[in-house]
Amino acid sequence: MSPVLEIRDLSVDYGSLRAVHNVSLSLRAGEVLGLAGESGSGKSTLAYAATRLLQPPGRVPSGEVLFKGQDLLTLTEKQLQVLRWNEIAIVFQGAMNALNPVISVGTQIDDVLRTHRPAMTRQERAARGRELLSLVGIPVDRLTAYPHQLSGGMRQRVMIAMALALEPEIVIMDEPTTALDVVVQRQILGQMMRLRETLGFSIVFITHDISLLVEFSDRIAIMYGGRVVEEAPAAEIYRAAKHPYSQGLLGSFPALRGPRRELRGIPGSPPDLRSMPAGCPFHPRCPHAMDVCGERMPSLDSVEVRRRVACWLEEAHV
Amino acid sequence: MTFLLRRGLFYLITLWAAITANFLLPRLLPGDPVQAMITKLGGRLNSDAMASLYILFGLDEKKSLWEQYVDYWGTLLRGDLGLSFTFFPTPVADVLSQSLPWTLGLVGVTTVIAFLLGTLMGVYAGWKRGSWMDTLIPVTTFLSSIPYFWLGLIAISVFSVTFPLFPASGGYAAGLVPEFSWEFAGSVLEHAVLPGITIVVSSVAGWILGMRNMMVTVTAEDYVLVARAKGLSQRRIMFAYAARNAVLPSISGFALSLGFIVGGALLVEMVFSYPGLGYVLFQGIGAKDYPLMQGVFLVITLAVLVANLLADVGYLLLDPRTRREG
Repeated sequence: MSPVLEIRDLSVDYGSLRAVHNVSLSLRAGEVLGLAGESGSGKSTLAYAATRLLQPPGRVPSGEVLFKGQDLLTLTEKQLQVLRWNEIAIVFQGAMNALNPVISVGTQIDDVLRTHRPAMTRQERAARGRELLSLVGIPVDRLTAYPHQLSGGMRQRVMIAMALALEPEIVIMDEPTTALDVVVQRQILGQMMRLRETLGFSIVFITHDISLLVEFSDRIAIMYGGRVVEEAPAAEIYRAAKHPYSQGLLGSFPALRGPRRELRGIPGSPPDLRSMPAGCPFHPRCPHAMDVCGERMPSLDSVEVRRRVACWLEEAHV
Repeated sequence: MTFLLRRGLFYLITLWAAITANFLLPRLLPGDPVQAMITKLGGRLNSDAMASLYILFGLDEKKSLWEQYVDYWGTLLRGDLGLSFTFFPTPVADVLSQSLPWTLGLVGVTTVIAFLLGTLMGVYAGWKRGSWMDTLIPVTTFLSSIPYFWLGLIAISVFSVTFPLFPASGGYAAGLVPEFSWEFAGSVLEHAVLPGITIVVSSVAGWILGMRNMMVTVTAEDYVLVARAKGLSQRRIMFAYAARNAVLPSISGFALSLGFIVGGALLVEMVFSYPGLGYVLFQGIGAKDYPLMQGVFLVITLAVLVANLLADVGYLLLDPRTRREG
């Protein structure tokens, strides 16, 4: 499968601090790529930088983001505006503040259509709005509702309906279900995956909840301290994560299926951007740390087909 | 709808309380209007005239406070606010109806202009934070921190004394009769320029500052980021997603300032001897003209209540979260 979105050596700075280090990732057509990591690991920053939504003082000093052969980072604001939502839509935490509280949800969906499909008449846009709501299982009469009149789960569904309005190639979901309860989380994600099968878009799914990723994504990239430390098919990660950090993340969540395991956390706290440890950023918290870990950063190498790990333990095996 | 009815009832009760206070206050003061009149005219009244004054003011019969209260409501509802001492024997209602349009015209229009101008400038300053617009803020804030009477006097001394471009006082040129003619309208406009501009200059900073800060806050909200991700035009994001939400606190401030249009322009009208309500009140206070003061206070009360009602309705229209369903 050819990639629809390819991120090459992307770095992001906040002022003089580097939040994302030379990240390369590709999203293949129709797949769900999971992006996992603790708060501050740079996963959302990476997504915002790739879609040119990063706010100052955030800055992209180097890298390329290729979408259908175009580098998104070199497009003009006008070219970008045409591409936004048409090709790449984003599902934010709709349950929180992603919907404008003083505009009805219908108008917020209509806004997208009016901007990107100027040929549509008012009736056609309204019909499309109703169609989208029923697609995500919301009664169509809720089109005139304001966000505060909807539950958190419904707001998230509205966000998804809005993201699908123009049938984009890629949907980026940034912590889409974090503020929702577990039952609603799974309903919404299950629905999203069914929609992906019928509509055929690709998904970048960003969350700190690796158990959700294991269940809903095809491939997972795990980020730590602004770097991808492991990337592998979801099943492989779940079955045999290679990086000690991935193992730690998996050990911090109870699995819903499969054999019982002991629940462990990761000792210590995520690294501070202002004082990144030398060498591998994870080594102060790593149970397997060796001398070399504190000296040099291991490179993200392919250890198997479609599997990359940045860890000295793996280098030693090779 | 029930919300509006409830608010309406609340305003009626407030109105009743305000009018009752307006009735009681002068009656709690020592002396009576006839005494004040006698003092004002310096004893040039004979006893017959004094007796007829007592009859005129309704003070000849010893009525109880309650009977006076009922009578007060009766005359009030007929639009009879009594006679003014200052402009004796003109009825207070006539004095008010002559001066109110001047105040509404000058202060009302300039308050609306200052609000619209300041809010619009605040929208741009907040949206393009860090641009040259930000240097405008200390300048306008400086202008608004000058005491108004001083600003007015400087305006007069520069623009009507040193460079006689605009008249220094009055509402229209002496010798003209108020009528609907181009000449009169032109004269009114010419006289309104200096007081109008000084009001705008001294009040615009507050609107700019308030709106800019709210814009900066709202621009950081997720829904503005979503609007950008949706590829909407900058204009649409700035107005429908950022300004639309940022303007809400300014709206209530604006409605309150509408209430003060009627009474708050005292300084403006004094400095420019403008024939409005503030100037009338100033004269009334100077002459201990109780009926006139009562009348002015009544108008101010009504204006504040109407402005609050407008604020309620405006908020209801602009912020769906304040609407009550069902």
